[in-house]
Amino acid sequence: MNKSEKFTARIKRQEGPGREPYWEEFELTFRPGMNVIIALMDIQKNPATRDNKKTTPVSWECSCLEEVCGACAMIINGVPRQACSTLIDGLETPVVIEPLTKFPLVKDLVVDRRSIFENFKKIRAWIPIDLTYGAGPGPRVSREAQMKAYPLSRCITCGDCLEACPQVNSRSPFMGAAVLNQATLMDSHPTGRMNRAERLAAVRAKGGIGDCGNAQNCARVCPKDIPLVDSIARLNREAIIDGLLKWLEK
Amino acid sequence: MKSNIIIIGGGLAGLMSAIKVAEAGQHVKLFAIHPTRRSHSVCAQGGINAAKNLKGEDDSVLKHFDDTVYSGDFLANQPPVLKMCEAAPGIIDLTDRMGVMYNRTPEGLLDFRRFGGTKYHRTAFAGTTTGQQLVYALDEQVRRFEAAGLVEKFENWEFMSPVIDDAGTCRGIVAINLYTMEIKAFPADAVIAATGGIGAIFGKSTNSIVNTGSAVSAFYQAGAAYANPEMVQVHPTAMPGEDKTRLISESARGEGGRVWVPRDGKPWYFLEEWYPAYGNLVPRDVASRAIFKVVYELGLGVEGRPVVYLDISHLPKEDLETRLFGIMEIYQTYTGQDPRKVPMQVFPGVHYNMGGFWVDYDMATNIPGLFAAGEAEYQHHGANRLGANSLVSCIYDGMAAGPAAADYASGLKTRSEDMPTSLFEAEVKRQAAINAGLTAKDGNENLRALYHEMGEVMRENVTVVRYNEKLKGTDAKLRELLERFDNISLPDGGQSLVFARELKNMLILARAITLAALTRNESRGAHYKPEYPKRDDANWLKTTKAFYAPDGPRFEYEPVDISLIEPRERHYELE
Ligand SMILES: Cc1cc2nc3c(=O)[nH]c(=O)nc-3n(C[C@H](O)[C@H](O)[C@H](O)COP(=O)(O)OP(=O)(O)OC[C@H]3O[C@@H](n4cnc5c(N)ncnc54)[C@H](O)[C@@H]3O)c2cc1C
Ligand code: SF4
Repeated sequence: MNKSEKFTARIKRQEGPGREPYWEEFELTFRPGMNVIIALMDIQKNPATRDNKKTTPVSWECSCLEEVCGACAMIINGVPRQACSTLIDGLETPVVIEPLTKFPLVKDLVVDRRSIFENFKKIRAWIPIDLTYGAGPGPRVSREAQMKAYPLSRCITCGDCLEACPQVNSRSPFMGAAVLNQATLMDSHPTGRMNRAERLAAVRAKGGIGDCGNAQNCARVCPKDIPLVDSIARLNREAIIDGLLKWLEK
Repeated sequence: MKSNIIIIGGGLAGLMSAIKVAEAGQHVKLFAIHPTRRSHSVCAQGGINAAKNLKGEDDSVLKHFDDTVYSGDFLANQPPVLKMCEAAPGIIDLTDRMGVMYNRTPEGLLDFRRFGGTKYHRTAFAGTTTGQQLVYALDEQVRRFEAAGLVEKFENWEFMSPVIDDAGTCRGIVAINLYTMEIKAFPADAVIAATGGIGAIFGKSTNSIVNTGSAVSAFYQAGAAYANPEMVQVHPTAMPGEDKTRLISESARGEGGRVWVPRDGKPWYFLEEWYPAYGNLVPRDVASRAIFKVVYELGLGVEGRPVVYLDISHLPKEDLETRLFGIMEIYQTYTGQDPRKVPMQVFPGVHYNMGGFWVDYDMATNIPGLFAAGEAEYQHHGANRLGANSLVSCIYDGMAAGPAAADYASGLKTRSEDMPTSLFEAEVKRQAAINAGLTAKDGNENLRALYHEMGEVMRENVTVVRYNEKLKGTDAKLRELLERFDNISLPDGGQSLVFARELKNMLILARAITLAALTRNESRGAHYKPEYPKRDDANWLKTTKAFYAPDGPRFEYEPVDISLIEPRERHYELE
C-alpha cells in the first residue's frame, strides 16, 4: 500500500453479551509501519463511520504492543492473530476485524479468556516448590533440555490456537493446545515432573488430550511458533505410558 | 484471625508480594487491569542481575552494590540498595527453582551475560524474554495459592481511589470492573501498591500502554509522598514507532552489539571512541545523551533522520538464535528487516521511572496501611537505573513488602471489618459522582487529542535534555491541558470514561515531574540540564518529595543516606 492511500476497515461490533452484533465500516489512511492497533487508535481519535456518521469508539484490549502480553488477539481477515503484530501492509482490503468466537464476548472486540487460566489450575500448571525461603540453587538443567523447553515457555495465552481448533467449541469441554502445552512444559522440568502423575491424570480426564482431533490448526496460527503438534504428541505418549503403568499396577 | 490484604498490581512486584502474604497464611485480594499474566513485566527482555560470580571474575555483592549506587549517581539511600544486592543471588535461585527456563552453560549451570554500567557477567537470562518467564513462574505459584483459597484475583478491575479513614489510615480501595463498569469498595487491613511505571505520560515509550501511572497519581492526590519525580530513564536504543517506541534490549550490546553512524563514508563507533573503558555498555543516561549529541549537535543521524545504527549482524549465528532471538523477532516483525543482515535503526525512548512512592526501609509509604513495591516506588535506583536491576528490585520488593504488610495487618487494633460501612459507601459515592460528572460533560475537546499534546510536550522538554525555560513552558501547557480537560465530551461511557480518569491523573503527575525537574538545578544521572551541567552535592544530594496540592505540587527535600559509600565523581571515559 502507498503512503496516504485510503483503505476500509470493516469491524464487527456488539454492545455486550446477548446484544445484536452489527458491522461498521471505517475509512482510514495508510502510513508505513501501520498495524491493526494503530488503525483502531485512528478510529478512537475520530469515531465516525465511512459515511461520516458519528459512532462510539471500538472497544478492544491491548497492552504491550510487542506481541508478548497476548491481550490483543482478534480475528483479522478470517485468521486469529495479534492486532499489534499484524501490519496493514500486506493485508487484503477491506480489513475485516472480528472478536474471537470461542470465548464469552464482553464488548466489541473484547472477550473474556479467563477460562484458559482456570484450565491451568485443573492441570496443576506449576512447579511444586516447598517455600520461597533460601533452599539453594535449582536443579541442573542441560542445555539441550533448556533449548527444548524454552520455546514451549513462550506461550502468551492469546487463545489463537483455541480459536482455530475445531474441537474447541461450546459443546465440548476440550481445554485446547495452549493448556496441554503447559502440561508438557511443566513435565519437562525436573521438579515439575514430581507432580506429573496428578497432572497427567487431569490431562487424561474429560476435556483433556483425548479430545484432541489432531487437526493441527493450532500450530499454524500460533504467533510464537510454538511446536504445538510435537508438544501435544509428547504429552500424549507420556499420558499413555503413565496410564498403562497405572493399569498394570492395579 | 486471618488478615485481609489487598495488592494492586500483578506484575513481578505484586505477584511476589502475593506469594509472601499467602505463604504467611494471610488472605490476598489481587487486583490488576488485565489478567496478571499479561502484566507489563512480561516485556522485560534482557535479564536479571545478581552477583553469583560464576564466571571467575571476582564479582561480588559489594561490587553489584557499588555499580548500582554509582550508576544512580548517589541519589539512592544506600542501605536498601545493599539489601537488594544481597538478596539477588537468592532471587535467581528461587526463580530457577520455580521453573524459569534460564539459559545454561554446558555444565547445566546458569549462564550470565554482560549488561550496561558494569564490567561483570552478572545478568541471568532466559533468551530475550526473561521478564515473561519470570512473570509466568510467579503467576503459577500464585495460581497454586489461588487453588488453595488464599489468593483471590480481581482481574480486569482497575483501582480508582484509596479509602482513607479520619485518622489518615488506608482502609481499603475503590475499584471499577472494566467489563461491567461496576464500582465497588473493598476493605483491607493493608494495601500494597505495585502498579508499575508511568511511560504513557510521555505519550510514546517502551512501556506497555497501560502504564499510565494513574494509580500512583490517585494515591499522590490522596496524600502519598511521591519521591524523585524528575528521575525518568530514557533508554538509548528503541525503535521509533507511531504507537510506541519498542525497546531493543541492552542485551544486544551486552552480547557484543555495536552502536555507530556513518561519518565520512565509514562507520563511526562513537561510544567506543568516547568511552573506551565501557564502550557500548556505558550506562543508559550516558548513552542516550551521546546519541542526542551525535544526532542533534553533530547532525550525523543516519540519512539525516534522528536514528543511529545498532549492529548485531557480525555476531555468531548460534549466539544470535539462542541468546537474542526475542529482540530479532520484534525488530523483524515491525520493520520487515532482518537484524542478522542489516544494522537496526534505533533512537532513545522513555523507559523507566526511578521515582515513585516514597517508602521507608520497610516499604511503608507515608500513609499508614499503604505499602508500595516495584517500579511504582523509588527506593533502589537513584538518578539512573542500571540495566537488569529492575526485575531483581521488583521481586525483592515483593519479598519485603508482603511480610511488612502482613505484620502491620496482624498488629492492627481496629481491623477493616470493624470500620463503619459508611466510610466505604462514601468513597464509592464520590467515585460514582466523578464518573457521572465526566459522562455529563458536553464540551468540544477531544480526549485523545489532549493525550497526544501531553505526550509531545513531555517528550520534547522533560526527557534527555532539560532547559528551565522549556520546563516552565511545559508546566504552563499542562495547566492549559487541565483546563481544557474540563471541556471534554466522552464518546462512550466505557473505555473512554476510564481513559478520561487516567488522563486527568496523568496530567497531575506530569506537573510533579516537570516542576521537580525545574527545581533541581544540577545534572545528576538521567536529569541533565546544560545550564547546570555538573552534579552539585553541596545543594542537591537530596531526595525530592512531592506532595499534592490543588494548585500544584509542594516539594520537600530529604538528605540521602550515604552511610556506606562515599560519593565520588561519576565518569565512564577511562578507568
Ligand atoms: C521493554 C522493556 C524491557 C525491560 N527489560 C528489563 C530487563 O531486561 N531487566 C530488568 O531488570 N528490567 C527491565 N525492564 C524494566 C522492568 O520490566 C519493569 O520495571 C518491571 O517489570 C516492573 O514491574 P512491576 O511489577 O513493578 O510492574 P508491572 O509489571 O508494570 O505491573 C504493574 C501491575 O499493576 C497493575 N495496575 C496498574 N495500575 C492499576 C490500577 N489502576 N488498577 C489495578 N491494577 C493496576 C497492572 O495491571 C499490572 O498488573 C524493562 C522494561 C521495559 C519497558
Ligand atoms: S500456544 Fe500459541 S496460539 Fe496458543 S495461546 Fe499460546 S501463544 Fe497463543
